[in-house]
Amino acid sequence: MAEAVEARLEANRRPRWTIGRDISVAAAVVVLIWLGLRVLRSETALDALGPFGGKLVQALIGIVLGVVGIWALFVVANSLVELLPARATSVLRPYLFVGPAIAVVSIFLVAPAIGTIIQSVTEVPEGEGPFYNFVQAFTDPALQLALRNNAIWLILAPAGALLIGLVFAALVDRVKRESLAKAFIFLPLCISGAGVAVIWRFIYEWRPPGQPQIGILNAIVTGFGGEPVPWLQEIPINTLALIVAFIWIQTGFAMVILSAAIKGVPIELMEAARIDGAGELQTFLRIVLPSIRGSVITVFTLSAIAVLKVFDIVYVTTNGNFETDVIANRMFNEMFRFRNFGFATALAVVLLLAVFPIIVINVRNLRRQGIGA
Amino acid sequence: MSKRWLIATITALSLIVASCGGDGETATTAGETATTAGGATTTAAEGEATTTAGEPAESTGYEHLDQAMAGEFEGTTVEIVAQWVEGEEENFNLALDPFREATGIDVQYEGLPDYELALQTRVDGNDAPDLAQIAQPGKMAQYAGDGVLVDISGWFNVDKLAEEQVEGFVDLTMVDDAVYGVYYKTDVKSIVWYPVAPFEEAGYAIPTTWDEMTALSDQIIADGNGNPWCIGIESEAADGWVATDWLEDIVLRTAGVDFYNQWWKHEVPFNSPEVLAAAEQMSAIWFAPDYVYGGNVAINATNIRDVANPMFDPAGPQCWFQKQASWIPEFWPGNRDVPDRAEWENPPGEASSFFYLPGIDPAVGNPVLGAGDMFVMFTDGDRPEVRALLEYLATPQGAQAWIEVGGFISPNTTVPTDWYTSYPNTDLVPILNEADAFGFDASDLMPAEVGAGSFWTGMVDWVAANGEGTEEIFQAIEDGWPAG
Repeated sequence: MAEAVEARLEANRRPRWTIGRDISVAAAVVVLIWLGLRVLRSETALDALGPFGGKLVQALIGIVLGVVGIWALFVVANSLVELLPARATSVLRPYLFVGPAIAVVSIFLVAPAIGTIIQSVTEVPEGEGPFYNFVQAFTDPALQLALRNNAIWLILAPAGALLIGLVFAALVDRVKRESLAKAFIFLPLCISGAGVAVIWRFIYEWRPPGQPQIGILNAIVTGFGGEPVPWLQEIPINTLALIVAFIWIQTGFAMVILSAAIKGVPIELMEAARIDGAGELQTFLRIVLPSIRGSVITVFTLSAIAVLKVFDIVYVTTNGNFETDVIANRMFNEMFRFRNFGFATALAVVLLLAVFPIIVINVRNLRRQGIGA
Repeated sequence: MSKRWLIATITALSLIVASCGGDGETATTAGETATTAGGATTTAAEGEATTTAGEPAESTGYEHLDQAMAGEFEGTTVEIVAQWVEGEEENFNLALDPFREATGIDVQYEGLPDYELALQTRVDGNDAPDLAQIAQPGKMAQYAGDGVLVDISGWFNVDKLAEEQVEGFVDLTMVDDAVYGVYYKTDVKSIVWYPVAPFEEAGYAIPTTWDEMTALSDQIIADGNGNPWCIGIESEAADGWVATDWLEDIVLRTAGVDFYNQWWKHEVPFNSPEVLAAAEQMSAIWFAPDYVYGGNVAINATNIRDVANPMFDPAGPQCWFQKQASWIPEFWPGNRDVPDRAEWENPPGEASSFFYLPGIDPAVGNPVLGAGDMFVMFTDGDRPEVRALLEYLATPQGAQAWIEVGGFISPNTTVPTDWYTSYPNTDLVPILNEADAFGFDASDLMPAEVGAGSFWTGMVDWVAANGEGTEEIFQAIEDGWPAG
């Protein structure tokens, strides 16, 4: 039996290259990468193309090198593994392909996270205990405000995105040009957070009464005879205004996931419900919603994580002024403006701990759906 | 089988060699350059002097700059960054051009938006430029404390610098005995811009005392000519700094420069009675009814670049006074995005001119609040072309082109006064010279947590509260002053 498997494995292998082809391909890759690196490292090689052309070619070379490099890495490593006995090959090969991903995650995510945790308890003034930064974080009035705001965000933003996304998903299911409608709602997700913030800054723009209002919202308000409202200064409207900007981004994401889930609800189930006399709303609430529960949880938890990390919208619109500060913005300021590494890393750890339970919920939800092991 | 092993191994190895090879190679070349350059530094001074004896170049008084002018560093590249973009970027490049042409050194200037963070990010990422402009001495001290700055005192002619520059500038670049920067540009902030023609039409006279200024403000309101003051402190990630300038100017005028220096050094509490009194004086303008265009909401909502827009309203000034440094005309309507000053719709000195922000306490006299930009050096000083550029920037010639274009005041007193040909500076330099005292922008000198943090945000909160809760807000800034 085992021999049969081995024989099949042997037969399934790539047709062997001739040695000449092997060498020439390997040499070509080496030469290509070497040349590319030469060009990238040289400060003058691309000058002839002008500043823009140079940068463009540089980017292209980078992309080609990256893709070819990764490809070469896998091919070379794969052929190395294939030289082992067939059984060892079949055991090792999965690790070969998963390995680099694990390595990258470890180096760029796990290691810095551990470093951050260590720094948050070691970067303390002399004579203070390891939790000094955390005590500071929770007693600092500015930070309590940020924590409060994050809580408001957490309560309103994911729920808002979910609800609106759900409504869109249910409605868009019956629209004639469904994909077009979806594309429009999905569009904001394609814009960077900072870009969205700039857009909403303009929407909320305030000019003194009597001046032409260039912000659409105040243009409408004054158009109906009202006084312009300083949306970004007025507490607590300003935090809500920022949350609206976030929901605007996140709704598209919620809609796409939920719309796919709704389509997965068995049509027989719905028909059965209708035959039993259920109305549209009842069908939706009693049949559709329970069927897509898993997707709802996924959307909610992912939105919640995004909310805890929210930074760009606040930074660009109010920079945390007028009581709109959030932890991530605070962390950014402490880190890059004030250079308080201990305090900033402590905030990062607080965020990490806050995100953790949400991730647990999400993973358990995925398991229940049979995704992930 | 064994052949395949061999090929695969060779391929893998050559890939590694190829990717690392570049590294090693650059390192060696860099090393060689460094050695040759190092050799040149020690011998060139004499060698050049003898070889070019035929046409002796006038010495600049700076060693590396002389060598550079002799063409010794031709073909090298120096990277320099600053916050100057658009019009200011062009002007700075004009000032650099003579150096580029005379030395053959490729000076690559980059103006970075969101400057302070952009620079910090590059420094943190080990991608620091050779030279960088810094506006805040506190920031310089922080970089110096991080150990990323080059102490130039070993080779820079600091004595010459101290002799030539306005008193106090070299001190601002020092940490203990080390010197970390060279002041390049200074600015006078204690001036108030007003629209000339409507002002004269209305028969107003330039106020010479604080009381005259407030009386004139009342007059403008009484005449139904709109609001006297144009104020806005929104400034992207630096909201509030305009307000700190105001408070500093008033502290200088009411408590004197000695107290002022104690204040930013935190030898007295941030919320000393003198400072609270200054805040009181300030709120009498900022938060007085009808004094400010759009009121306190507009102060917080208006970007500094848009502040003067109502002053140039086609229907006549909606507000009349803007206290801001001499660079502000670049942002007035009709001037923005117009690099050629000759084409400006609102040229300073014609459409709008300025008067000195009057003194308050005769015992203190007429002090001036100012600031400045220095250049610091990040890369190892063994690169003589970088040293040469830093030295060039210390000379009057290093700023000549910009001075002549306008919008630039050099802290270097050896700059011939007839270089200042364009309006603001012809009138500003006398203000600087006649000032009873010079106070350097305090928020630039305080620790970043305060000077670029709680002081800024505190002022924003104060404005949002329309001047209420002064004591609590100033107490909070004092409480948040970093220990040590």
